[in-house]
Amino acid sequence: MRLARRVTIIIPLLLGACSYQHYQSDFGNAAVEDSQFLTLFTIFLVVCGVMYLLVIGFLFLGIGRSGRAVEANVVETGRHHQSHPLMRTTLIGWTALIGIGLAALAIASFFADRSMAKAAANPKLSIKLTANQWWWDVQYNSDDPSKTMRTSNELHLPVGIPARITLVSNDVIHSFWVPSLAGKEDLIPGRQNDITLVPKRIGVFRGPCAEFCGVQHAHMALVVVVESYPDFIKWWDHQLQPAPQPTTPLALAGYKYVTTAQCSACHNIGGTPASGTVGPDLTHLASRKSLAAGTMPMSEGNLYGWVEDAQSLKPGVKMPTLAMDPDQLHAVVAYLETLK
Amino acid sequence: MTDIRADSFDAMPARDRERERVEAENRRLAEEREAIARDGPKLKGEALAARLDAAWRRPPGIIGWLATVDHKEIGRRYMLTALGFLVLGGIMALVMRLQLAKPDSNLIGAERYNQLFSMHGSTMMFLFAVPVMEGVAVYIIPLMLGTRSTAFPRLNAFSYFMYLFGGLMLWIAFVLNMAPDVGWFEYTPLSGPQYSPGKHTDIWAQMVTYTEVAALAAAVVLVCTILKARAPGMTLARMPLFAWAMLVEGIMIIFAMPAVAVVTTVLLIPDRLVGTQFFNAAEGGDALLFQHMFWFFGHPEVYIIFLPATGFVSVIVETFCRRPVFAHPVVVLALISTGILSFGLWVHHMFATGLPRVGYSFFTAASMSVSIPTGLQIFCWLATMWDGRPRFQVPMLYVVGFILTFVIGGLTGVILAAVPLDLQLHDTYFVVAHLHYVLIGGSVFPLLGIFAYWFPKITGRMMDERLGKIGFWLVFIGFHMTFLPMHWSGMLGMPRRVYTYPAGLGLELPNLISTVGSFVLAFGVVLFVVNGLFSLYRGAIAGPNPWGAAGLEWATSSPPPVYNFEHIPVVESSTPLWDIEGELPVVTGLRVDEKEILLTTVVAATPDLREPVPEPSLWPFIAACAVGLVFAASIFSPWAVPFGLIPCGIALTAWFWPKEIKRHPEPVIS
Amino acid sequence: MILQPRFTDDVSGLPTSKFGPSSLTWWGIIGYMVIEGVGFALVFATYFFLMGHEQGWPPEGRAPPDILAGTIFTILILLSEIPNTMIKKAARAGDVPTIRLLMPVIVAVGAALLIIRGFEFNSLNCRWTDNAYASILWTILMLHAAHLGTDWADTVVLWALIRTPLAYEKRRQVDVDENSLYWRYVWLLWIPIYLMIYWVPRL
Repeated sequence: MRLARRVTIIIPLLLGACSYQHYQSDFGNAAVEDSQFLTLFTIFLVVCGVMYLLVIGFLFLGIGRSGRAVEANVVETGRHHQSHPLMRTTLIGWTALIGIGLAALAIASFFADRSMAKAAANPKLSIKLTANQWWWDVQYNSDDPSKTMRTSNELHLPVGIPARITLVSNDVIHSFWVPSLAGKEDLIPGRQNDITLVPKRIGVFRGPCAEFCGVQHAHMALVVVVESYPDFIKWWDHQLQPAPQPTTPLALAGYKYVTTAQCSACHNIGGTPASGTVGPDLTHLASRKSLAAGTMPMSEGNLYGWVEDAQSLKPGVKMPTLAMDPDQLHAVVAYLETLK
Repeated sequence: MTDIRADSFDAMPARDRERERVEAENRRLAEEREAIARDGPKLKGEALAARLDAAWRRPPGIIGWLATVDHKEIGRRYMLTALGFLVLGGIMALVMRLQLAKPDSNLIGAERYNQLFSMHGSTMMFLFAVPVMEGVAVYIIPLMLGTRSTAFPRLNAFSYFMYLFGGLMLWIAFVLNMAPDVGWFEYTPLSGPQYSPGKHTDIWAQMVTYTEVAALAAAVVLVCTILKARAPGMTLARMPLFAWAMLVEGIMIIFAMPAVAVVTTVLLIPDRLVGTQFFNAAEGGDALLFQHMFWFFGHPEVYIIFLPATGFVSVIVETFCRRPVFAHPVVVLALISTGILSFGLWVHHMFATGLPRVGYSFFTAASMSVSIPTGLQIFCWLATMWDGRPRFQVPMLYVVGFILTFVIGGLTGVILAAVPLDLQLHDTYFVVAHLHYVLIGGSVFPLLGIFAYWFPKITGRMMDERLGKIGFWLVFIGFHMTFLPMHWSGMLGMPRRVYTYPAGLGLELPNLISTVGSFVLAFGVVLFVVNGLFSLYRGAIAGPNPWGAAGLEWATSSPPPVYNFEHIPVVESSTPLWDIEGELPVVTGLRVDEKEILLTTVVAATPDLREPVPEPSLWPFIAACAVGLVFAASIFSPWAVPFGLIPCGIALTAWFWPKEIKRHPEPVIS
Repeated sequence: MILQPRFTDDVSGLPTSKFGPSSLTWWGIIGYMVIEGVGFALVFATYFFLMGHEQGWPPEGRAPPDILAGTIFTILILLSEIPNTMIKKAARAGDVPTIRLLMPVIVAVGAALLIIRGFEFNSLNCRWTDNAYASILWTILMLHAAHLGTDWADTVVLWALIRTPLAYEKRRQVDVDENSLYWRYVWLLWIPIYLMIYWVPRL
């Protein structure tokens, strides 16, 4: 069974060989769900491929008959209301073949569904993902309320452990989709959906929003980090820590600006007066791999660009471009850089 | 004959006098009736043609153009307007492809790109795909059925103007930077009042209203024509497969289009304009209500676009394989069952919304089952080729292209019907690939083939065969070059409706190939249009039946006279022109001084009634202007509706009011 | 080469209008009845869909609509079938005087119904902006009002028409017959709507 599964994955992998990274691809095969997808897809591809070849074959047989003379049942021979007796039997056979093929595919699909449901039983981790235009709010739930933790735009998962993610939306319909891990599920305002993932291998993956949600739908991606269980716990504990106190004068100036100017109205930085919830949590901003929900990699240069003029990098984003003079800009970026 | 003035008359008993009076009156009426000119052995050929032309010809000039009720003229308008929108929608696509050729491109900004894909989808689906099928049908169905007019010709005219005005409204909005920008099916709550302020979304919703009123009117026209106005002897069993396809399609429109009318006009616009709460979860509404209602329309919609194309394929295959399509009853049953089944699939567009999985299995089963009747049709066409003697001129090339392409689309559809597969592939470029394979492969290829096929009938000239073949190969190769790589980009993680994508995901190469392919495809379409224009003036003159085909439309000249047929033909087989011995059987007795068509019974097509056909009239145009103005104004204020009822009421009353003063009423003998 | 004709039957003896399914306009009217029926069915489905989301219906313990105006409307519209059937029979018999006598009755009844409809809106005990329940109630009632209103307008125009000498044409009698058919549709459609607006919220 395992060998069959390995073999059946080869075909789509060969087909997808153009992409090497597979960190945002159906060929990522990084979780149980995506493995099931690849197996099922291969089965469908083979069956459908065979059907297609049959159709092509019949077509070319027909094309090949264009040169025929006498025995055609055509108007020129006066036999256009007759048909070759073989055609009737073939019609019945063709219908039966389609019916059987479809039934087989439906059954395969049913089994894949069941297999995925079984793997997803008994989730050990409970996460709540809230979608906003155009960023992700991530909350890790725990039986111990002091361990409940909130972050933004980055999701960490321990390898091999089923994680149940509850999906809600604050505004319009979005869709949570990490192709390397699993299929998608929508986040619909007024409804609560959920999805369970069982990651299989360690790596960094990207999950673009998959339901058109407005002008910056193209720049709303979640970075998903799958890591070992000890690393995951370390990360969680670190996220629970408040933001470090600024030590350098520049960072201190930036801290003062951020906690008194407009920034604190929307953003939360743990352990500081800034406690807005309208925008992403910034407590450990600089430790994340991307900025502005997967729009660009995290770096000092990108931080500069974003803080100075978010609108030019992601036009229409809800964060306004604030008027800052160069000193303020340096100070703010210096402070943000300390939020590791 | 007793003269009532004779002395003997007064001597009769009263009862007999009364009877004599009635009989004398009847004799007088009978003489009047005899004096009315009708077609037949006494009036045929040139003399008949002249009288019929005088009766059926519309006044010249702009008034006549606006007032025409000639289905051929209306059909040509529909087709040309739809082709215009095809070009406009195609240009949108080319610009989108330029933006997507490179990752992280800034050629087109996010806002503009979102307008582009919304305009592309809306134009193609509402302003091209359905109207072009209606246009071809409106032109050819009366000819194919052996009659002189559609049913309700003024409704036909009205429907064209409504369509035109809807399209104009959308495109004027685009020029004024008010175009819709949330897709061609604008999900709530994104399209609701809170997240789409301004008028963009209302413009989309009202454009849908215009086009759906037009489509519903055209559907009623076509269904009634097909059921009631067929030639004597054309029983339902002998009716051409294209007429069957349009009958099923018309009935589907009647059942499906009200859903999009309700979701836009009754649910979305009131939410946006007058504060209803249908989609507001906080007040008991549900965002998914929109999706259910829209896709209840949206899924049958794609079969509404596909079924006429299957009719085209049947027509072409019959003519170019020199025999009727194999297993005619099976094809008819396939059309009907596709029509019915297509209403049970809509939730397959919603597999990611979190509805109960158990319900999903029903829709998977239904979505897979619908491919069975289509698979049967494909078998029948292939069997016809195998059992016949196929000739590969341009129309038949497009049929081969259709089979090679559409079947891929159908098979990716089967893939998408499985929930675990759909959850990965939904809302990605895999779906974009699938939908273009079935829409372009399944509908546009047969459409191009049927244009080449019926071009001689419509214009009297043949399209250039060589240019046509080059055009076909450009379209075919360009199409696959554009859309085949999209299966990859979808599986490599590219979602739909993104104005750009990041580098390093492996999406660069498939997107670049798609962009290049789109220009090849565009070039092929341009070549087709050039071929059409060139052939219009320089093409070889076509006789009545240049392809040696079997249908009744080929029994009259090319182009047909305004009255279609000198005498109404009688049909004795499903391939009329192939089964007659050089002479066309006809019925006689229709008036030639007034416009009349023959109505027959629904199943057996025995002659039933002589139906007067309305004269050209400006009222359909005026009514369309009034209704159109009300629709447009209601975007800005709900008061437009009650106030607008007055001009609409006047226009419709004037339209309905009989103009017996002009007619020469026929004496009725009791 | 245009084919030579071979003459078969002569159809000049056929009439130019008939009642029922032989009439082309009958099919047109059936077509529009189906379109409107599907539209209403979808709105009914919306009603039940939204109802399924709520614990109570009306939600939040609101009062259901008062039944007086709606019940008077229902009784009147059902009674209107009596003159309606008489008109239909008269049309089939070609009895123009009877048609001319009864048409104003239907027009008057229709006008009264429209006035009562105005009162019905007042008795809904909610405003369409309140919540989805109120929105769907107002919408259904509004749609039926439009349905009733347009058919009433049709009937008024037809009444004007049959007061002219054109009434003696058989085609116009077919029009009257088909208009009466459509009137039946208007009250038939009302019955489930009446139940959905006034009685389902009381269950």
